[in-house]
Amino acid sequence: MPTVGVKRDFLFNALGRTYTDEEFDELCFEFGLELDEITSEKEIISREQGDSKASGASDLILYKIDVPANRYDLLCLEGLVRGLQVFKNKLEAPRYRRVSPDGGEPQRLIITKETAAVRPHAVAAVLRNITFTQERYDSFIELQEKLHQNICRKRSLVAIGTHDLDAISGPFTYTAKAPGDICFRPLNQTKEYTAIQLMSLYKTDSHLRHYLPIIEDKPVYPVIYDSNGVVLSMPPIINGDHSRISLQTKNVFIECTATDLTKAKIVLDMMVTMFSEYCAQPFTVEQAEVVYPDGKTCVYPELAYRKEKLSGEFVNRKVGIRESTDRIAQLLTRMCLLSQPTGVGDEIEVEIPPTRPDVIHACDIMEDAAIAYGFNNITRTTPLTYTVANQFPLNKLTELLRQDLAAAGFTEALNFALCSQEDIADKLGKKISETRAIHISNPKTAEFQVARTTLLPGLLKTVAANRKMPLPLKLFEISDVVLKDESKDVGARNSRRFCAIYYNKTPGFEVIHGLLDRTMQLLDVKPARGEGYHIQAADELSACQYRAGSETP
Amino acid sequence: MADVLARRSCGLGHVRFEKTTSHPASIGASSMADTGVLEALLQRVEKADGGVDSLAAAAGLGVDHQVIVGAVKSLQALGDVISAELRSSKHWELTEEGTETAEQGSHEARVFSSIPAEGLPQAELMKLSFGKIGFSKAMSNNWIRVDKSHEGGPRIFRTVESIQDQVREKLLLVKRGDAAQLDEKEKNELKKRKLLAEVTVKSYWIAKGSSFSTTITKQETELTPEMIATGSWKEKKFKPYNFEAMGVAPDCGHLHPLMKVRTQFRQIFLEMGFSEMPTNNFIESSFWNFDSLFQPQQHPARDQHDTFFLSDPALAQEFPPEYLERVKKVHSEGGYGSQGYKYDWKIEEARKNILRTHTTAVSARMLYKLAQQEKFTPVKYFSIDRVFRNETLDATHLAEFHQIEGVVADYGLTLGDLMGVLHQFFTKLGITKLRFKPAYNPYTEPSMEVFSYHEGLKKWVEVGNSGVFRPEMLLPMGLPEDVSVIAWGLSLERPTMIKYGINNIRELVGHKVNLQMVYDSPICRLDS
Repeated sequence: MPTVGVKRDFLFNALGRTYTDEEFDELCFEFGLELDEITSEKEIISREQGDSKASGASDLILYKIDVPANRYDLLCLEGLVRGLQVFKNKLEAPRYRRVSPDGGEPQRLIITKETAAVRPHAVAAVLRNITFTQERYDSFIELQEKLHQNICRKRSLVAIGTHDLDAISGPFTYTAKAPGDICFRPLNQTKEYTAIQLMSLYKTDSHLRHYLPIIEDKPVYPVIYDSNGVVLSMPPIINGDHSRISLQTKNVFIECTATDLTKAKIVLDMMVTMFSEYCAQPFTVEQAEVVYPDGKTCVYPELAYRKEKLSGEFVNRKVGIRESTDRIAQLLTRMCLLSQPTGVGDEIEVEIPPTRPDVIHACDIMEDAAIAYGFNNITRTTPLTYTVANQFPLNKLTELLRQDLAAAGFTEALNFALCSQEDIADKLGKKISETRAIHISNPKTAEFQVARTTLLPGLLKTVAANRKMPLPLKLFEISDVVLKDESKDVGARNSRRFCAIYYNKTPGFEVIHGLLDRTMQLLDVKPARGEGYHIQAADELSACQYRAGSETP
Repeated sequence: MADVLARRSCGLGHVRFEKTTSHPASIGASSMADTGVLEALLQRVEKADGGVDSLAAAAGLGVDHQVIVGAVKSLQALGDVISAELRSSKHWELTEEGTETAEQGSHEARVFSSIPAEGLPQAELMKLSFGKIGFSKAMSNNWIRVDKSHEGGPRIFRTVESIQDQVREKLLLVKRGDAAQLDEKEKNELKKRKLLAEVTVKSYWIAKGSSFSTTITKQETELTPEMIATGSWKEKKFKPYNFEAMGVAPDCGHLHPLMKVRTQFRQIFLEMGFSEMPTNNFIESSFWNFDSLFQPQQHPARDQHDTFFLSDPALAQEFPPEYLERVKKVHSEGGYGSQGYKYDWKIEEARKNILRTHTTAVSARMLYKLAQQEKFTPVKYFSIDRVFRNETLDATHLAEFHQIEGVVADYGLTLGDLMGVLHQFFTKLGITKLRFKPAYNPYTEPSMEVFSYHEGLKKWVEVGNSGVFRPEMLLPMGLPEDVSVIAWGLSLERPTMIKYGINNIRELVGHKVNLQMVYDSPICRLDS
C-alpha cells in the first residue's frame, strides 16, 4: 500500500478547515484511507540518521497517509484534497479537457521501429502556462516517484519524463540506439557520458541502480531526441540535464515510455489531471500527437470519460440498503463519479472520469456507493444460507490423533515446512536427488531452499534448541511434507506425516516402539505380518519415522 | 517419600522443597535435633510477660538467630501454639575493620603507641599496616610531629605524653549494644570511616498462641495403612499440608499453543456450519493462486520479492482448457461487464509453480468445482493452513504462517450479510466491537478491513480482511450471475501471540521455541 506524506497545514489550508488528529483519522477511515503516522521531517531524519543531522530540519507536522494500491488519483496532495472535498460535498469534481494549442501545430513525438526491441510504447502531453511554487514543484516530482514505484512497477512498465518545453524544440523522436551511440549530459552531471559510461556510473547510485536491469541486457537502449538532436531522456533510467524543469518552468512537456500501453495512458492521465490545476486555464491539457512506426497517429492524453448505466436496485441488492435512485446518484457523485437518474425506471447513468481507471466493473461503482453511504451505516444481517458442516477427513483424523498422542505423554512440536537442502539430505546421510524434494528458485537464505520431505530434522532441531530442558524429551509432530509427484497438475503433493522422538540419556527404543504400538491401537490396526502392521530394520538414520496415512487400513 | 514430604511443611526455616532438591533424610535429621530448642523457646515464652523478641531469645539461649527463626516456623506449623509477628528494626553494627579497631585500638592510637621516646624514622612507620592512615590522623590530632631535617631522614616524635583513644571507646560502646549513647554525628563520622554500618534486622515477636503448651507432640506426616488397621490414627497428630509449596507436575504430554488455537478456530467454523476445505497442497500454480482470482500478471504480489517460485517442478501442466481461455479473456480484454486489465496475458506466467501465498487459491479451486455442479448449491467453506511469502522477516513476520479463511457462496448475499457473518464470527472470539474500513484487494470488490476496538490499547486495531469476490473471478468459473461469494481471512499467529502474550513469532513457531512455554501454556478459550 503506497504511503503519501503531506504537510498537515498545507492539507488543512487546501481543505479549507482544520481537523484534530482524531477527526482527520476518522475522515480517512470513512473514505478508505489510513492516517498511518503523524511525524515531521525533523523526526524522520533524526530517526534514520541521528539527532545531529536533524537539527536544521523542518518540524512542520507531516501526515503519512496510506492510500489503496489502485487509487493513483490519491497519490499526491492535489488528488487527496480533490477527492476529500468532493466526498465532503464541498467541491464539484473538475472536468478535465484536452485542448489544441493556441495557434500552431501540437507537439509531435515520432516513434521509430527500433524501439520495438526494448520499449515500444510512448505517450505525451503538454501542461501550458503552469505556475509552480516550491510546494507544487515538490509534489509534482513526488507524484512521479509514487507512480514509478506503484503502477509503473519500478519503471519497468512505464517511465515518466518531464521537460521544460521552452528549452527544447519539437518534433521529438523516440528511438533506440546501441548504448555506445548515445551520448548526453544527464541530470545533475557536469559533463557528457555515453550510455555505456552512464550504466557503470549508476551502478553505485542507491536510487538509479535498481532500474538498470530493465534495459541492461538489451542490444539497444531507448532514447528521446528533440529536432536539434538534444537528448530529452534515456528512459527508464535518466533525463537529460538540458531540458530539466525548475520552479520557473512555464510549459512542461511530459512523455511516458512503456512496455504496457494501457498503463502508460493511465500514468499520463494522472500526471496531467493532478497538475493541470496550476495551468493558466485550470484543468486543461494541451494535446500532443504520437506517430507510430506504421504511420498511425494517436492524440494524447486520452482523458476519456466513460459512461456506464446501472440500476439503483443493483446497488441496493448488492450492498444491502434501500436507497432511492436519486440518493444513490448523489452518493456516487460524491465519489467523483458524476451520476444522474436517466428517468427510465431506476436506471442511473454514471460517468467515470479519467482519474478513476480503477473503476472497471459495475461492482466498483457499487462499492463507491457503499463507501459514500458509509460502510458502518449498513445494517448487519445474517444470511439464511443453510449448510451442514463437514470436516476434512484427514484433518479430523489428525486432530483426534494429536489429542491422544499428548495423552500418551508426548509434546507437540511445530516446525517450518521450508528448510535447507542440508537439513533433509546431507545431515540425514542422504543425497538431495534421492529425496523427491521440490526446490525453490528464489530463496533469500538457505533456510528456504526446499520444502521438507520428512518431519525428523525439525524435531531433532527442536531437541537441539532445548538442551537445557529436563530429560527425557518426548516430542511429536503431525504435519505435511511435500514430495514431487508427476501425477499432479503442479507436479507435487503434500503428504501428512507423523513423527515422534524420544530423547534421553539412555536409548529407550522400547519407548518409541511403545508409542508406535499405542498409535496403531488408536488407529485400530493389529500387529501382524500381512493384514496389520509390523516394523522392520531400515538402514536410514530416520529409522523412527512412520507414515500415518499409509498405515491406516 | 520425597513427593509426600514436598507437600508438608517439614523441618526448619525457609527451605522451599523443589522436586530436584528435596532430600528427606536430612530434613528428618534436622527436625529431630531441634526439639530441644523448640521446648527451650516455649519455656522462655511461657515465662515472659507479653512475649519475647527472637533476637533476645537467640542471645539468651546462646544459639544463632536463624535457629530461632527456624523454630518459630516449625511451631507455627503445629497450629496456634505461638503467635509470631515479624518486626524489623535498624541498628548499628561494627564492620570488620570496626571490630579490629575495637580490639586493637584505632590506627592513630596504634601509631602513637608504636613510637618510642627517641622517635621513629618515618619510612619505618609507613611499613606498618596501620601506618599510613594512622599517621595522618595522629598528625591532625597533634599527637605526633615530623622532624624532616633529622639526620638519616625524616623522623617522628611524640608531642604529648598520653592520649585517649576515643574512636575505640565509641566502637566498644556500640559493640556492647549501647549505640544509643552516641549522637548521630558521631555515628555518621564512624560510618564514613567504614568502622560502623547501619543494618536492618528482622526478628519475630513471639507470644503465646491460643493452644499454647510447653511440650511438643511429634506430628505424623503421613497416614499409613497400619495406622488405619490399628486405629492408632485417632491418637496421632498430623502435620498440616503446606499449601504454599507447588505440587508435583503430572507426567504428561502437551499440545502446541498455536495448534490449540487452531483447534478453537476450527470449532468455531464448525459451529457456524462451515465445511473444511482440503488445503493440503502447498505447491500451487500461479494460475490458481493469482490468475483465477483476477490478480493481474504484473501485480507486485507476483514479484520475485514477494513470492517463492519453484525451480523444480517449475511449471504446472493441465488447466481446465475452456476455463483457462475465459480467464485469459477477462484479464486481457474484459467481459462479464468488465473492462478487463487490457494487457497481454501470458500462459507462461500462469504456469509458474509457486508456494501458495494464500489459501484463497484453494477457495478458487473449490468455487470452480462448485460451478461445475449441475445445479448450484449454497456452500460455506473454511480452512486454516500454511501459506508462504518471500518477504522481509521481522519479529512478527515469518516466511510461512497460517491463514484462516471463511467463504460463503449463495444467491443474493449482500455487503450487510458479510458484516453480519463477520460479527457472528468475531463474537465467538470474544470480540463484539467491530467497524469496517474500505480497502483494496485485487479479487474482492467491495473490500473491507475489519477493525476491533482494543480495550487495552484504547484504539481500533485491524483484525482481518474481507470482501465480496469480483464477478471477473466468479463468472469465468461458471457460477450463476446472481450468486455472490463473500469471504474473509486473518492470520492464526497474531491472535495466538496476543492470547499467549508472545512478542516474537520465533518464540511461538519453529524449532527455536522454548518447550517450557509449550508445557506451561494454558488451554485456549478464545471468548474469555
